[in-house]
Amino acid sequence: MDEMSHFLFYMVLGTSLLALIVYGVFFVSQREGLRHLARKAFLAAGVLQTLYILFRYLEAGYTPITSQHETIVFFAWSVTWAFLSFRWRYTVKNFGLFITAFVCILLFIAALAPSSINPLAPALQSLWLPVHAGIAVIAYGFLALAFCGGIMYLLQEYELKSKRFGYFFTRLPSLEALDQLNSHCLAIGFVLLTLGIITGSLWARQAWGTYWHWDPKETWSLITWFLYAAQIHQRFSAGWRGKRAAIMAIIGFASVLFTLWGVTFLLGGIHSYAQ
Amino acid sequence: MPSDTILLLGVNHKTTPLAVREHLALGKGYAEPLHALHNIAGCKECYLLSTCNRVEILMIAREDEEMEERITELLFGTSVAPEHRQNYLYTYRNLEAVHHLFMVATSLDSMIVGEAQILGQLKEAYRHATEFKYTGPILNKLLHRSFSVAKRVRSETQIGASAVSISYAAVELAKKIFGTLEGKNVLLIGAGEMAELAAEHLVGQGVQTVVVVNRTLSRAMDLARRFNGSAASLEELFSQLEQADIVISSTGAPTIILHKQDMKPIMRARRNEPIFFIDIAVPRDLDPELNDLDNVYLYDIDDLQNVVEVNKSERDKEAIKARRIVDEEALQFQAWLDGLAVVPTIAALRKKADDICQGELERTLCRLHLSPEEQKIVEKMALSISSKLLHDPVTYLKEESCRDQNTIKVEMIRAAFGLREEP
Repeated sequence: MDEMSHFLFYMVLGTSLLALIVYGVFFVSQREGLRHLARKAFLAAGVLQTLYILFRYLEAGYTPITSQHETIVFFAWSVTWAFLSFRWRYTVKNFGLFITAFVCILLFIAALAPSSINPLAPALQSLWLPVHAGIAVIAYGFLALAFCGGIMYLLQEYELKSKRFGYFFTRLPSLEALDQLNSHCLAIGFVLLTLGIITGSLWARQAWGTYWHWDPKETWSLITWFLYAAQIHQRFSAGWRGKRAAIMAIIGFASVLFTLWGVTFLLGGIHSYAQ
Repeated sequence: MPSDTILLLGVNHKTTPLAVREHLALGKGYAEPLHALHNIAGCKECYLLSTCNRVEILMIAREDEEMEERITELLFGTSVAPEHRQNYLYTYRNLEAVHHLFMVATSLDSMIVGEAQILGQLKEAYRHATEFKYTGPILNKLLHRSFSVAKRVRSETQIGASAVSISYAAVELAKKIFGTLEGKNVLLIGAGEMAELAAEHLVGQGVQTVVVVNRTLSRAMDLARRFNGSAASLEELFSQLEQADIVISSTGAPTIILHKQDMKPIMRARRNEPIFFIDIAVPRDLDPELNDLDNVYLYDIDDLQNVVEVNKSERDKEAIKARRIVDEEALQFQAWLDGLAVVPTIAALRKKADDICQGELERTLCRLHLSPEEQKIVEKMALSISSKLLHDPVTYLKEESCRDQNTIKVEMIRAAFGLREEP
């Protein structure tokens, strides 16, 4: 059983790496056929990730978003499917390379974290676990998309502003496409993030007695939420777009990562289960 | 023999600010100015070129002292005080005039070297002049030659490539900013030759509207009609900038017309919608610091040329090649003209010989009583004597090797054969 699980994980890692490499070759050579191949590989990786999580669910008997390894795999899964769902609607040139790179980094970190199955802490034995943690991590998936789009935007914007056209100019999509991506991903990510915080708060009421604890994780979630709320507000009220939106997406995502890891390892608190 | 002068007078974007050019008396339309030019005493053939960047008069005339002044008067009208006219005007004669015309036709004198629009404008101007039959043998030949020189330059050098690729580069950049150009609004500031070319490329990409802003509204309307667009006056520039996505500026204004400070409130009004400025004017119309503003992308002509990676030395090399062709062709035309100078002398020589033959034949044939066949033989003999005698002087006149001495040769032959001055 354990070996089967390992085998599946390495299959996930292998197909994701394959997708990254093919996207990389496509990025360099710009041969159209490769992109379809890369997309198929990445779709396969997404399916395998889903299988791995299902397998792990059956194995452990609970939704696998508790340990560091599980959380990161779930994070990678949400990024992958957020991308694939977007990809189905419209194409953003070479976005896949950045996303697969991000997913591969996540999977490598997951590979380093111990993947043993621990008995579930009593506080987590609740239906709220998949609802709250699932929604929150899926929100992070969309926010990760906005983050990658933000980096691409800054690269492309730099080339256009400096008027020195290097490697990226022809390979990156238009600013408009990246800005739209930012706007769409944030809209979805922000709604999910809000839902994640609300469900967490409801769960806290049930588990700890109060809706809000000012636990470090809660506080940082709220900071993240305000960062994204401010950005969305500014986009609609003052027309913050382009470079500012890209930078805000990157800052917001840094806050997401800190909420996910920084809080757990640096600040602790009662919410830090995944050690 | 006093010969006619090829006289070229004009103003262009290099010598004369737009504000002055726009008020030139000859700058509007063709019919009236052409009639006025043709009525100038001494004018034999004339032609007028009027574009947004230049007004040029080409005239074949028996020149006297006041000729130039009369044309200048007509050109400037009341718009410029006589003492300032010389600052703007350039005057070329004969070889220099031919050379300048070829420079214009090949677009070496244009704001954007290598643009193709000017040839079309030249042809149109020529058509207007021929309509009134104001062109004669020399101008016809000269203008047709200028067209073929332009063609030759275009085919033998790469000079046109950079102008075309500049518009292409502008489209590529716009696509990197906006994704698709469909539904975008284009604003042309100034109605220059190159702006038209760039706008044409953009319209081909599905741009939604074209608005032309110009100091003189009538020109703006003319250009706007070409793109099914609308026209606006320069005072409306700022409000137009709130709607535009792509702005092509090509005015002849001597100073910057849009500063960074002006643009800041406009960007707020646009809610930071990205805007792409293309400044193809020389000197520049747009503040280079505009590029520092978020969501504002400013490219001037040098930036665009860098984009297409046609480096400057290469462009200059092509321009030198083109210039050499122009030099060559101008000299060849001069040779043709010089050849033309001996034509009346040869004709006079032949006529004199013919007259003598006819006179002598009449006298001789009266005294002899010959049969018609015999008369014909004598006539033939007389004609062949005269033509054999004339053969050498005519060959001498026509000789190509020493064309520069044509006037001397003509005078010598005329003196030797006692040919009277032509009226």
